[in-house]
Amino acid sequence: MVPLHWYMVLSVVVFAIGVFGFLSRRNIIIMFMSIELMLNAVNINLISMSHYLQDLRGQILAFFVIAVAAAEAAIGLAIVIALFRNKATAHVDEMKEMQG
Amino acid sequence: MKYYLLIPFLPLLAFIINILLGKEVLRDKAHWPSILAVVGSWLVTMSILPDIVAGKVINEDLYSWIVSGKFNVSVGFLIDPLTAVMLVVVTTCASLIHIYAVGYMHGDTGYYRFFAYMSLFTFCMLMLVMANNFLQLYFGWEGVGLCSYFLIGYYFNKKSAADAGKKAFIVNRFGDFGFGIGVFMIFLTFGTLHYVPVFQNAAGIAGQTVNFLGWNVDLPTLIALLLFCGAVGKSAQIPLHVWLPDAMEGPTPVSALIHAATMVTAGVFLVARCNPIFNLSEIAMSVVAVIGALTMFFAATIAITQNDIKRIIAYSTCSHLGYMFLACGVGAYSAGIFHLYTHAFFKALLFLAAGSVIHAVHTNDIQEMGGLKKYMPITYAVFILAGLSAGGFPGLSGFFSKDEIIWSAYASHSPVGKFVWVLALAGAFFTPFYTFRLIFLTFHGKNRGAHHSDPHSHDSHGSHGEHHIHESPRVMTIPLMFLAVGAVAAGWIGIPPILGGGAHFAEFLKPVVGHPEFHGTHAEEFGVMALSTTLALIGLGLAAFLYLRKSDLPEKITKAFSGVYTVLYNKYYIDELYNYTIVKPTLWIANKVILAITDARIIEGVVNGVPGSIGWFSGKLRKVQTGLAQHYGIMMAAGAVFIIALVLLLR
Repeated sequence: MVPLHWYMVLSVVVFAIGVFGFLSRRNIIIMFMSIELMLNAVNINLISMSHYLQDLRGQILAFFVIAVAAAEAAIGLAIVIALFRNKATAHVDEMKEMQG
Repeated sequence: MKYYLLIPFLPLLAFIINILLGKEVLRDKAHWPSILAVVGSWLVTMSILPDIVAGKVINEDLYSWIVSGKFNVSVGFLIDPLTAVMLVVVTTCASLIHIYAVGYMHGDTGYYRFFAYMSLFTFCMLMLVMANNFLQLYFGWEGVGLCSYFLIGYYFNKKSAADAGKKAFIVNRFGDFGFGIGVFMIFLTFGTLHYVPVFQNAAGIAGQTVNFLGWNVDLPTLIALLLFCGAVGKSAQIPLHVWLPDAMEGPTPVSALIHAATMVTAGVFLVARCNPIFNLSEIAMSVVAVIGALTMFFAATIAITQNDIKRIIAYSTCSHLGYMFLACGVGAYSAGIFHLYTHAFFKALLFLAAGSVIHAVHTNDIQEMGGLKKYMPITYAVFILAGLSAGGFPGLSGFFSKDEIIWSAYASHSPVGKFVWVLALAGAFFTPFYTFRLIFLTFHGKNRGAHHSDPHSHDSHGSHGEHHIHESPRVMTIPLMFLAVGAVAAGWIGIPPILGGGAHFAEFLKPVVGHPEFHGTHAEEFGVMALSTTLALIGLGLAAFLYLRKSDLPEKITKAFSGVYTVLYNKYYIDELYNYTIVKPTLWIANKVILAITDARIIEGVVNGVPGSIGWFSGKLRKVQTGLAQHYGIMMAAGAVFIIALVLLLR
């Protein structure tokens, strides 16, 4: 039996990789993948806790996160494609039209 | 039936019709609503007059106007003998002057505007005299002031007229400020503004003192003097008389109605109406008498040297208003109101006759007139009658009222009675002198007017040559004749018992203003009368001698007494005095403090500073929006860390 804290450590490590990736990489697709990593870190956390506490609500919430992540990925990738058609680049520093 | 309500509200209706329809629909028929309304008011006045003479007093509250805690004011009407006299004066003069104005204002571009404001004025004046409380009086008071402003500035594209309107309005502010405080004091003292309870309880405040601006002052004196402030402004008494001569910039019918017959007498009406308060204070009474006497004397002396036909009559009006205050000040209210009543006729007549002259010769300067007698016989005749009445010649209206005032001053118990009596006698000498100087210079001798059209003359029409001068149309001369009847005969209802009359006028007013106690014998009364009449005849004789016989003499006298003449010609330099003591400092403060500091620094600073600083701050803040997604990400991460740290630390 794998103890709970291993799951927790895995979750933290995956989340940290996601944060680091989001902040350090400039390719918009990689940043997107980093966001997915963070969401999945949350999912790991939720499911392990759900199993540990014998409470199904955690798993329900995880399904919600997966559904939202799927929707987000669909919209996000559509935006990325639209941006790419205009800019011919996936580098986020090129996209600063909203600069104040 | 409350058909007496028609008296004020018919002119109001005419005003509404004229102001709405006058410009586009009625045009040169705009006089019809106004004339019908004011004649209707006159008819209603005449129909209720017998009731009032029989002793009936109408005092009704129509509806509650303002109710706020203990403060309760109604719109209500009071018609007692005093109001009845004012109603007769106002509606009679207003009717005749409205008709006259049809001829005088004929073809003017603002014809409907003129009649609209005349109707509004009539409404306000009637509200003023018919009020049964001080607030409604104040409403009428300010209303007539407003109409006066409108009508003085009637020729608003002429700068002097616009300035004169403003001057009249601003000078009246000084007086009305005091009047307003007086009304507040009445409410504070009596808890009500209705005449009846105020005057019933007036005796109760005798001897009370009140802390006013840190001094303990006698309450009745304070209230009376504050009310008198308003009267001084409205009735053009020293020191607020400066607006009345300038008000002559308005059309002549306005001068006749507002600045001679009705509005300016509102001050006298106020003092007479508030006689229960004034009677409590000897100081206030003396102030009223002395102010009146001084105004009467100074205005009469100024009138001698002026050359503008309307200004002479304006100073004469000031002077006669002084007579009325003098009478009120010595306790002879009925004599003051009697003079108000006769004065309205002869002074309106003087103004309208002067208007007829101006209409014919298109100048105001009597030095450019002369010899008009043969061209304008009717105007000349009524001018002579008005002049004789104003000068107080035996048998005419002015004689009875003026004589009663002079006798009251002589016989009263007032401490200043003898002083004002001497000034009144001087006035009795000056009045016929300046009036007949005006008449002789205008109608007698040779015409001194320009015989060719002069583009630089006073009037836009240009001067008329002598052969163009003609008598005014009948619509103007007929009201003159009616007024002439009034100027001659209006005083006959107040003939004193000593001359075989019944003094009906004083008896009629007795329930309102009481009757002064005089000490004096019949012989004295005859003596005083003979003295004033002699002085008046000397004044007339002197005017005839100087301006008919030895017409070169006035110039020599002017040269010999050039110092006195210059002072009089410049009206004692009072305008200049006010200019340097009040107008200039006010303008200086306005420019240097209000405009330069308050306005430019404080108000502009706040108005421009608030958006300016917001703009500066947002300019700095928008730098945060780099447009780089990573920056936003770091912010979010840092924010999340900060909040988690906060939660952990504060747990």
